[in-house]
Amino acid sequence: MNPREFPLPDEPRGRSSALIDHLEGARLFFVRLAALIRKEALAILADRSSRTILFLPVLMQSLLFGYAATYDLSHVPYAVMDQSHSALSVRLLAHLDGTGFFRRVTDVEAESDIAPVIDSQRALMVITVPRRFEQGLAAGESVPLQVILDARNSTTASTALAHLAAVVGDFNQELARSQGARQPALSLETRAWFNPNRETRWNFMPALIASLSMLQTLLLTALSVAREREQGTFDQLLVTPLSPVQIMLGKSLPPVMIGLIQSTLVFLITVYWFQIPFAGTLPVLYAGLTAFVLAGVGIGLVVSALAATMQQAMLYTFVLLMPMMLLSGLSTPISSMPEILQTATLINPLRYGIDVARRVYLEGAGFGDIAGDLLPLLVIALLTLPMAAWLFRHRLA
Amino acid sequence: MSSPAPAVLRCERVRRTFWLAEARHRVIALVDINLQIARGSLTALVGPDGAGKTTLLRLAAGLLQPDAGSIEVLGIDVVREPQSVQDRISYMPQRFGLYEDLSVQENLDLYADLHGIAREVRVPRYARLLEMTDLNKFTTRLAGQLSGGMKQKLGLACTLVRSPELLLLDEPTVGVDPLSRRELWQIIAQLVEEEHLSVIVSTAYLDEAERCAEVVLLRAGRILANGPPVSLRAQAAGRCYRVTPPPGVPARQLQTRLLDAHDLVLDAVPQSGEVWFMTRAEGAVAAAESGREHGRSKEADESNAASGAGAANAAGGTSNRLPLGGLTVHERAPRLEDAFMLLIDRDEGVSQASHLPALSRDRGNPPQAAALRGSREPHSHELSHGPSGDLNTARADPMNARSEEAPVIEVHDLVRRFGDFVAVANTTFSVRRGEVFGLLGPNGAGKTTTFRMLCGLLPATSGSLRVAGVDLRHARAEARARIGYVAQKFALYGNLSVRENLRFFAGAYGLSGEQSRERIDTVVEQFGLAAVVSGPSGLLAGGYRQRLAMAAALLHEPQILFLDEPTSGADPLARREFWRRITALAQAGTTVVITTHFMEEAEYCDRILIQDAGEVLALGTPQEVRSLGGQGDMDGAFIHIVEQARGGRAA
Repeated sequence: MNPREFPLPDEPRGRSSALIDHLEGARLFFVRLAALIRKEALAILADRSSRTILFLPVLMQSLLFGYAATYDLSHVPYAVMDQSHSALSVRLLAHLDGTGFFRRVTDVEAESDIAPVIDSQRALMVITVPRRFEQGLAAGESVPLQVILDARNSTTASTALAHLAAVVGDFNQELARSQGARQPALSLETRAWFNPNRETRWNFMPALIASLSMLQTLLLTALSVAREREQGTFDQLLVTPLSPVQIMLGKSLPPVMIGLIQSTLVFLITVYWFQIPFAGTLPVLYAGLTAFVLAGVGIGLVVSALAATMQQAMLYTFVLLMPMMLLSGLSTPISSMPEILQTATLINPLRYGIDVARRVYLEGAGFGDIAGDLLPLLVIALLTLPMAAWLFRHRLA
Repeated sequence: MSSPAPAVLRCERVRRTFWLAEARHRVIALVDINLQIARGSLTALVGPDGAGKTTLLRLAAGLLQPDAGSIEVLGIDVVREPQSVQDRISYMPQRFGLYEDLSVQENLDLYADLHGIAREVRVPRYARLLEMTDLNKFTTRLAGQLSGGMKQKLGLACTLVRSPELLLLDEPTVGVDPLSRRELWQIIAQLVEEEHLSVIVSTAYLDEAERCAEVVLLRAGRILANGPPVSLRAQAAGRCYRVTPPPGVPARQLQTRLLDAHDLVLDAVPQSGEVWFMTRAEGAVAAAESGREHGRSKEADESNAASGAGAANAAGGTSNRLPLGGLTVHERAPRLEDAFMLLIDRDEGVSQASHLPALSRDRGNPPQAAALRGSREPHSHELSHGPSGDLNTARADPMNARSEEAPVIEVHDLVRRFGDFVAVANTTFSVRRGEVFGLLGPNGAGKTTTFRMLCGLLPATSGSLRVAGVDLRHARAEARARIGYVAQKFALYGNLSVRENLRFFAGAYGLSGEQSRERIDTVVEQFGLAAVVSGPSGLLAGGYRQRLAMAAALLHEPQILFLDEPTSGADPLARREFWRRITALAQAGTTVVITTHFMEEAEYCDRILIQDAGEVLALGTPQEVRSLGGQGDMDGAFIHIVEQARGGRAA
């Protein structure tokens, strides 16, 4: 009477032992999971334009960041009001110009001309050499140099000032030597570890290995369930025997892979294009990155499970992204943030991701060193991924 | 054509094509359309999907430009002066742009502002529109929270905030239940009568077209026929008959048998417990009757000898007689739908039935017919002779034969609440194996909620729910492996190819390797998808999409197939094709649970459940439900039952 030719997929075939049932169950689990992963990957990669969007922006952004986003200063424009017109003042200015760091754009004659030069941003600073410069120094007095700084960008201003101080310090020593004095008792010999030339690029590029992939994996996952809900395919997915866990795995693995590929792309650019030496080992780096991408995908999936439409998902993602970037330590040190914001960074996966990437890349940190980052990342992933799986079925329509 | 009556729409040699960028070819939407529609009349545009109905309406509204030809609306050249035409007409597209986050009143205000309606004109106009649409009580409700029927009425009200001279409506009743449908048509009739408005409406419902003064039948961009319904109907005169199936035999089985005799029968549908059919030749029944007298005994022997051959083969082959097995046939008056089928069939030149992959034949004999062949029932003597002798074997239909089997769906005291709102209240019913079970109800009656609970998409608040022998509360994944689900709107992955979609769903249902390939090949053939299998499924036409959705839902050969309003917006041809597949599936033992707004489709069901406001109003065979609703057809019975229950609640 049974018109069916095949047994139902779930029905145990014949009188098989419990072990075979288990194996069959496991086989079915992977058949279903593989089908979903395949579909997800196809959905992402089938379209040429979406394929391009996955990798081209990462390429461009990492090049842009590498070249454009830098705090390193060179050719800082400055002006001088030299009231002493002495040999010594000329020597000092020659020192300044000789560093290649400063570039004199104009000479100012009167005090009233200083403001316009700064206001118009023709010069970042104006140095005033006092009338008694040479005489005072010759008499062994301390002579003040007045520096007026454009501190509208405080970072630039303080960097420039630090460089100026170094030049003036050199000049002092030289002067002291020439005047036959002894070396000062104390002198500072600095070695900048991990970034000997203190280049911003060394700071930024490893951080980008983590942060650039974050943006896209978050968006990709946030849209994935929301898109299916919007197009009605999610119901079709939910009526299949796929379990929430399978859906969660199927929805997260392709974005995790894509995130890792994007990170690899940035990593290769950092190593081979910008030639920043990689101090760490690949297993440690990838362990950290995987934990980081998992946490990001978990957050994306939760957003996606909560959103009813793609538009909502997109909005939620951008609302999340900005604070995540700010509180990550990407461009500003976490230690200088107010206490409460420092606490907030503790739930930000990007904070840990950037930390892992920088420390492994620049310091050569090992597993023991990054445990403090890995653990929170795994906690975030282990909280968000099951939550997303639960939300698939329990979000009220 | 030189008619003295002023025309609201005059088309001369209008042609319009579309370039399909994705498919990289040009499709013809309209060819050489010559048409003249008189002022003050109600005109229906009917035709299969893709006939060009929407294109014609959009051309008339000045929203599209024709490739060639001229179009005059209200005497104005719409190609040259679209704006002056648009100032005097109103157009309601298929998906009217209601703002779901605004209230009913705010939507009206918005459209009044957009059309620059003066404040003092608004007050009386609103009053009239709200009264007409019966939305008075809901002015503060958000449009997004209205039922489907109310949304359409609000859409119509927004379209009518100003008094147009011509109203263009594109399928205003798609997805709308019979009650709201009737109300919408009352509004339209009132407008024509009281405001002398000219209305052109496209529709997939031929009973709606029947109420119009003029009907324009389009097919593949050309006008097949044009005239008042009565003159179109007359074309089918002398071919229309009705026949009552023997007791216990579902009408759809007799219908399938008749359709299988496609050399003789052009169309057959179950209707009011009977089968209404149309023959290819006029007066064919008389001829067939005499033919049967002639070589009766010989044919009967052959039929018995070839025990493997199904009734369909015997009747549909070379035999020139109707497979009616001595049932009494009455002539009946033709309906517009008969004319529609006839004209389209003529246009095609080939029989519609030969187009359909004959499912029952592909699958071999319907199993129960073969299995029960030996067990003829003695008292059915009026049927036990003639070539269709095996009709009486079919009478031992799945329901009777399996009545002692456990039901495949058991619902007991099912309740679903959303907060305070009771969407489904204490619902109890069961569905037997091989049954076609219909869930009917007005928009917002709770049938979608019931349906979603049955499919495991929504947990029940209380009550028990067993599907395919599995408790849905505990073993949902197990239950889901045994059901197939076809969503209301196309819910497959549009950017994947047809084959990729099938591969994914095969895998999701645990099929792999050879088994998966085999099943995919089977459904591709079964649903006639071979031609489109490697193209992206998002570009498929409506009919193909539904076939693909069904193919995907049947890959794992589920015990139960759930279909949510599968025929919403489908033309009569597509609906017939669809129901033939369903009939064949049910015969093969698949249980089918279906929601629909087409009451005539309830006739295909073994049993139907009518719900309103979450309560079960009626449950039984179509016959029983019709008798509950007094005389008349299913539409009337449905409206009667629902209104009575609503009256009872109000009292």
